[in-house]
Amino acid sequence: MRPLALNGALGVLALSLFVLSLLVGPADLRLGESVSGLLAGGSEAAGIIMREIRLPRALLGLAIGFSLGLAGAVLQGFLRNPLAEPGIIGVSATAALGAVAIFYSGLAGTSLYTLPAGALAGAFAAVLILLAIASRQGSTLTLILAGVALSSLSGALTSLVLNLSPNPFAAYEIIFWLLGSLKDRSMEHVALAVPLMALGWLLIALSGRAIDALSLGEDAAQSLGIHMGRTRFLIVAGVALSVGAATAVAGTIGFIGLVVPHLLRPLTDRLPSSLLLPAGLGGAALLLAADSAARLILPAGELNVGVLTALIGAPFFLWLVMRARREML
Amino acid sequence: MRLAIDDIGVVLGGRPVVSGVSLAIEPGRVVGLLGPNGAGKSTLMRALAGQLPFIGRMALGPQDLATVGTAERARLIAYLPQTRTIGWRLKVRDLVALGRLPWRPFGRPASAGDRAAIDRAMAMMDVTALAERIATELSGGEQARVLAARAVAQETPVLVADEPASGLDPAHQITMMQALRRLADEGRTVLVSLHDLTLAARWCDEIAMLMDGALAAAGPPETILTDARLADVYGVTAHRAHDAGGLILAPVDLVGRDGRP
Repeated sequence: MRPLALNGALGVLALSLFVLSLLVGPADLRLGESVSGLLAGGSEAAGIIMREIRLPRALLGLAIGFSLGLAGAVLQGFLRNPLAEPGIIGVSATAALGAVAIFYSGLAGTSLYTLPAGALAGAFAAVLILLAIASRQGSTLTLILAGVALSSLSGALTSLVLNLSPNPFAAYEIIFWLLGSLKDRSMEHVALAVPLMALGWLLIALSGRAIDALSLGEDAAQSLGIHMGRTRFLIVAGVALSVGAATAVAGTIGFIGLVVPHLLRPLTDRLPSSLLLPAGLGGAALLLAADSAARLILPAGELNVGVLTALIGAPFFLWLVMRARREML
Repeated sequence: MRLAIDDIGVVLGGRPVVSGVSLAIEPGRVVGLLGPNGAGKSTLMRALAGQLPFIGRMALGPQDLATVGTAERARLIAYLPQTRTIGWRLKVRDLVALGRLPWRPFGRPASAGDRAAIDRAMAMMDVTALAERIATELSGGEQARVLAARAVAQETPVLVADEPASGLDPAHQITMMQALRRLADEGRTVLVSLHDLTLAARWCDEIAMLMDGALAAAGPPETILTDARLADVYGVTAHRAHDAGGLILAPVDLVGRDGRP
């Protein structure tokens, strides 16, 4: 598929699903009410529902889905490994740990910002540790092993916090948050997370040439003028900013970063940089679709979108693997 | 441009792998880097390509290579690694086009000049017919030529190729050496490591022979590839003949323990 056609089609798809996400919810608003509510006219209730509940939710779905797809694509290109996903460098796990620590300390209720701030602090701690290790050792393999170790440690510490949590209700709250959701997020969440994510996207975009050259291995890439240290910084910082901010406001949402690059790679010329924008748009479309579906499947209880993406994503990924082992790359 | 390597040493993991190597390569020459496994050929080439820290001095023309940045170096020296890595199912043409990255400003698509360079490089390595094929589905020898075309497309004054001919069939070994020859004839400086003594004797203007990380000898093939040196460096005997094209050298047997055939 031509890049322009592919990106255009995915852009239209993501925008349509964005609109769909605005129209779906427990409040039974008609189309006219939704539109007028969004554009500041109409009845009081419709305006509040649209502008303060559905719009931030749809905006976060768009931005977080874009972040997860983009981060997955850049990491797969960087590591020349189709199994890489945003969680692999440990940022999601440390961000989750940061948020859980805030829950445990009881600060979560004090302000809207404490929880995301804790998660962001966790994500940045991970980045500092990873970059310190990378600058001393200077190998991509070390970076990944450190990421895996950080993930395991954060997972263990998260379990410890659950273990020590004062009452079942606190533990339930933590687990529920960890499942990942876009429910009940506000424009403040959008204002907090989206600029950080956008900065992350920019850093990732700047690594486009490097990940193309890395198709030929690190030695050849360096001989093509790629500065490996700078590339590692751009990618680790970019992924940490975008995925850290995403985790901070939505909890952990899995599989989008793994599945979307796979789905779309065959439609590109397979240069890693050609996949970045399509994977971002595809990730946005997938998360918006999943989030709308989560509201429609169980209108009363509402599924957590993180559960839904994993529930659909994992079997789908397995099917993908079975169908085309050779096509993976 | 003249490539001057002056008293170069490389230490890897606390062990000196290359030490005290001095070598001058004139433009228009194909210099074959020879030596047994572990002699330090790849290490020297990687240092030259800016991938390993080294002591000593390397200069290209008037420029000290130690002061040249990564991006600038990529416009001076193309490096073809020994390990043949193709990460994704790229089309041959797209892969060869990666050689133009050092010349393309960020975000700019390939220019007409880039496309011409890509076409020339593919023609030189006899992979034009494979342009639309998927590189990972080609045979090993075809992949080797495609990757070599990538380095050629970089169109740098210096080409450093680490065992580009290994794994190629005889016809394509000759294609490869002819291509290096032509690049040198265009005025470029070519350093190529080889294990095949026959190819080295036939196609290189000069031979630099490494042994245990040091330069054992350097000069024209006839004077370097002597029986005594082959016995000393490789521990082999060789049959030699001459024709209009020069020296024909074929390794025959191991040298006995006493140093005699």
